[in-house]
Amino acid sequence: MFLINCPYCGERDQSEFSCGGEAHIVRPKQPTELSDDQWAEYLFMRKNIKGIQFERWNHAHGCRKWFNMVRDTSNDKIHAVYKMGEKPPIE
Amino acid sequence: MKYRVNKTKHVDQTKTVSFHFDGKSYHGFDGDTLASALLSNGVHLVGRSFKYHRPRGIMSSGSEEPNAICQINEDTDLTEPNVRATEIELYEGLKASSQNCWPSVNFDIGGINNFISPFIPAGFYYKTFMWPKSFWKKIYEPLIRMSAGLGKSPTKPDPELYDHKHVHCDVLIIGGGISGIIASKIAAKNNLKTILIEDKNILGGSTIFQKNENYKINAKYSGEWIDEEIEELKKLDNLTIKTRTSLAAYHSYNYLLAKQNISDHLPLDKRNGDIRQRLWKIRAHKVIVATGAIERPLIFNNNDRPGIMLANSVKKYLDFYGVSCGFNNVIFTNNDSAYETAVSMREKGISVEIIDIRKKSNSKIVKNAEKLGIKIYWNSTIVNTFGHRKINSIEIMNLSEDGSNIVGDKNRMNCDCLAVSGGWTPMVHMHTQSGGKLDFRENDQTFIPTEIDENHINVGSCNGDFELEEIINNTNKKVKNFLKVSETEFDNTSVLNSKELDKRNIWLLPNYISEGKCKSFIDFQNDSTAKDIKLALREGFKSIEHVKRYTTTGMATDQGKLSNMHALGIIADTAGVKMGTLGTTTFRPPFTPLTFGSIVGRSVGKFFDIIRKTSIHEWHSENNAKFENVGQWKRPWYYPINNEGLHDAVQRESKAARDSAGILDASTLGKIDIQGTDASEFLNRVYTNAWSKLGIGKCRYGLMLNEDGMVYDDGVTTRLGENHYLMTTTTGGAANVLSKLEDYLQTEWPELDVYLTSVTDHYSTVSICGPNSKKILTKIFPDKDFSDEAFPHMSYQNAKIDEINCRIMRISFTGELSYEINIESKYGKSLWEKCIEVGKEFKITPYGTETMHLLRAEKGFIIVGQDTDGTMTPIDLQMDWIVSKKKYDFIGKRSLYRSDTIREDRKQLVGLLTDDPNEVLEEGAQIVSDMNKKPIEMIGHVTSSYFSPNLNKSIALAVVKSGKKMHGQKLIVPMENKSINVIVSDTVFLDKENKRINA
Ligand SMILES: [Zn+2]
Repeated sequence: MFLINCPYCGERDQSEFSCGGEAHIVRPKQPTELSDDQWAEYLFMRKNIKGIQFERWNHAHGCRKWFNMVRDTSNDKIHAVYKMGEKPPIE
Repeated sequence: MKYRVNKTKHVDQTKTVSFHFDGKSYHGFDGDTLASALLSNGVHLVGRSFKYHRPRGIMSSGSEEPNAICQINEDTDLTEPNVRATEIELYEGLKASSQNCWPSVNFDIGGINNFISPFIPAGFYYKTFMWPKSFWKKIYEPLIRMSAGLGKSPTKPDPELYDHKHVHCDVLIIGGGISGIIASKIAAKNNLKTILIEDKNILGGSTIFQKNENYKINAKYSGEWIDEEIEELKKLDNLTIKTRTSLAAYHSYNYLLAKQNISDHLPLDKRNGDIRQRLWKIRAHKVIVATGAIERPLIFNNNDRPGIMLANSVKKYLDFYGVSCGFNNVIFTNNDSAYETAVSMREKGISVEIIDIRKKSNSKIVKNAEKLGIKIYWNSTIVNTFGHRKINSIEIMNLSEDGSNIVGDKNRMNCDCLAVSGGWTPMVHMHTQSGGKLDFRENDQTFIPTEIDENHINVGSCNGDFELEEIINNTNKKVKNFLKVSETEFDNTSVLNSKELDKRNIWLLPNYISEGKCKSFIDFQNDSTAKDIKLALREGFKSIEHVKRYTTTGMATDQGKLSNMHALGIIADTAGVKMGTLGTTTFRPPFTPLTFGSIVGRSVGKFFDIIRKTSIHEWHSENNAKFENVGQWKRPWYYPINNEGLHDAVQRESKAARDSAGILDASTLGKIDIQGTDASEFLNRVYTNAWSKLGIGKCRYGLMLNEDGMVYDDGVTTRLGENHYLMTTTTGGAANVLSKLEDYLQTEWPELDVYLTSVTDHYSTVSICGPNSKKILTKIFPDKDFSDEAFPHMSYQNAKIDEINCRIMRISFTGELSYEINIESKYGKSLWEKCIEVGKEFKITPYGTETMHLLRAEKGFIIVGQDTDGTMTPIDLQMDWIVSKKKYDFIGKRSLYRSDTIREDRKQLVGLLTDDPNEVLEEGAQIVSDMNKKPIEMIGHVTSSYFSPNLNKSIALAVVKSGKKMHGQKLIVPMENKSINVIVSDTVFLDKENKRINA
């Protein structure tokens, strides 16, 4: 059970949050100009990394804000949390 | 109680406690466990083994106990199986019985397995109970069930109260033995909020019954020293001590679960209905694990007889409980710690001899034993034991130089208790549960924790420190470092300590009897032997996880606390690999079994889940409504009159709604208030149709897709003002729609000026439909003009009832002329009652969800989640009309022309009419076109089906492959006993011209 440092509220229990999958996948601005393959890449393809992963999280039972998180999936260590639109603090 | 030979301060021998075991009554004393009380009465035999039904006795004194597993409080609703006698605190009137020994522990049929045991090797269950299939129900299953009797569950609901509580602290210490006490004292004295949990009812671990001159702290016996430490500890303000509290799980980020027994130790009539157990949910900044070590048995032929026990437990029974487990004892060991047991026995005048597999040991404690005249057989091993219900003698032989074989002659010795010690295994369960790794230490063959986390350390013997001096000094040093403390009262502790100098470890002791004939038990509870493990290896199992499952070693309720290390050792020896490279099996929570009660806490009965009721709920109940669960909501399903069933009520309600007037509580529909200068643009992006041109005061139906093009939700949205909309969603989808919209707003379109607020609970919605609805509305709102010109379909107006604001939407989900009135929730019930009152002259009829579903099906309106299942596009639903061709983009648009979504043979929504108009199809029934082509292809299924009273025939909606092109075609719905002929029709069954809406 993680202790997540919501960028708006501070440290809260994981049970207040929900995970929204991989981060930094931007919705194409002009979907109609994409081929099926390009659209499928956006729609379906997600990484499942053992190690450092960038994830979207929502403080669903709190401030309801979405934010990003850098987590090492091999040991669940959270390396950083940052607001939507901000650059990841870790490469 | 002739075995009670010693007076101790932990058992009050002035207070007699009577109890029953297997129907016989016994006496023990206040402070006893069930196990110590039984042993004081000379009772060792407490159960039968799982597979061979061999007699088994109490083996240990703690949570590692594999044999003394009891059923307590039999024949009451408090009955509980799988409780360890070593952990049950004795109370007046306790009733316990042994498990797995029908019809009695002294005589049982299953014991026959013992004689046919050559036929029950590892994997027996997998190999034998395979076929023929017909044998399963009548022969194999009853056989397995009869032999596998691990207790009985209660047949009535648990009457006890359970509780959950959250707690935060700076430091949590797990284990109240010597290292836990040192750690707690350092933490609490340094101004840290500290919690110490201990699973026993007192602190002190195995140090409190230590009184040997070779182990002294600051010139006191270590037992006396720890008593004083505990007294001081209890006075510390920053420290909370929770005894009878066992750690169940250690999750990441120092989140831990611990179960506290609050009333389990009290007689049943003194429990007062208070909380029985509490589950603590602990979040600790720092965790110090001090869970100690478990003594290992030794693996030799017939090592499972009653009277064969762990040496340190024998010592505990003697020095803590005052009970001698035997009068003619033999100690069998590979290490020094068992000598303390021998010395303590001899000091009390009890006969004892020692068999040691080592060639010598020159430590102080061994010299102490020799000086007391205790006979020691060096370099020797036990090759056999005798005695049916209790051990009565053993055979010993000498070991060869390298320990791989035996030499010389057998020598038989009598004994009534055999105390065994194979060394110590650190309890690393908590460390590994938290994600910690282990290192293998060769010199004493133990896995010890590798520190990985700055907020979690292990101290004491769970960290592999077994010598008293190491325990005190290393604990002090580590805790100082961990808590950043510069000095402590333990810095200059003087410790006198007999150090162990000589070690010898043999996982499976050699024998003159052939391996196949030896019964050398490794897992006592699951009855697996060394032979089973070797067989598994011969059959090709290599991974420890596989061997474990194949032989069931370590898979009983004790989770292999005593067996895992030996299983690993024998695998390593047999396969010729190093133990460190094998790894261990995974230690999973809970550490000891938890009651279901403690897991669910108070979330039972009406607290199991949230129940949501509309403000009109009371009226529905009073008017005989039957309710349906829709998510967490209770919605009126139908309102039977007199003895009406579902069918009759729905037929009546449906007819009334179309003939005159019906009234529905639609308050559960999700409502989202949308405001902001970009609100219209936002709706354009989330719905498939266009929103920019919707006038203020107008309503529009919208379909929302997922990005994959599949229908996600639907509902009517009303434009309340220039930058203000009220969106409705399906009842079940409300929360998810809001989350999804928030997600897009915050992450994809942060530039949009839009604000979303859930107002589902703020407003009650009363929906009135039918040809007389306009007349009813006119009576409620006499000042309003309800003419089609002034108040057309799909529009909204503000209104007032007795100065209370409300909104009237003229929208319809039934195809009838229909109005929905939204009013603040607190006025919902009075509005409803007013509508009923005013509607009386038009025979206004309340209807529930079932009638609503029927009415909309007559009109071919879909229900998201019933007619759709996440694989239906608007095109599949024949709703092309709602998909804007002009809009550049909306959620899911691009997916509508992926190669898969434009396939013409997708399942598409159609209507179905049965040949026999009285035949109502079953929802979910399969649809086929050709019964002769094998295998028969399923081309679709029925999604909605009703008998329509307004059309006087059966109607259904279905999804069928290429259904759009099948209009008029005959299909078949095969059922269990018959095949129903249907014909594909339009999805709209009633009023295709939509005239009724303006009736
Ligand atoms: Zn937050």
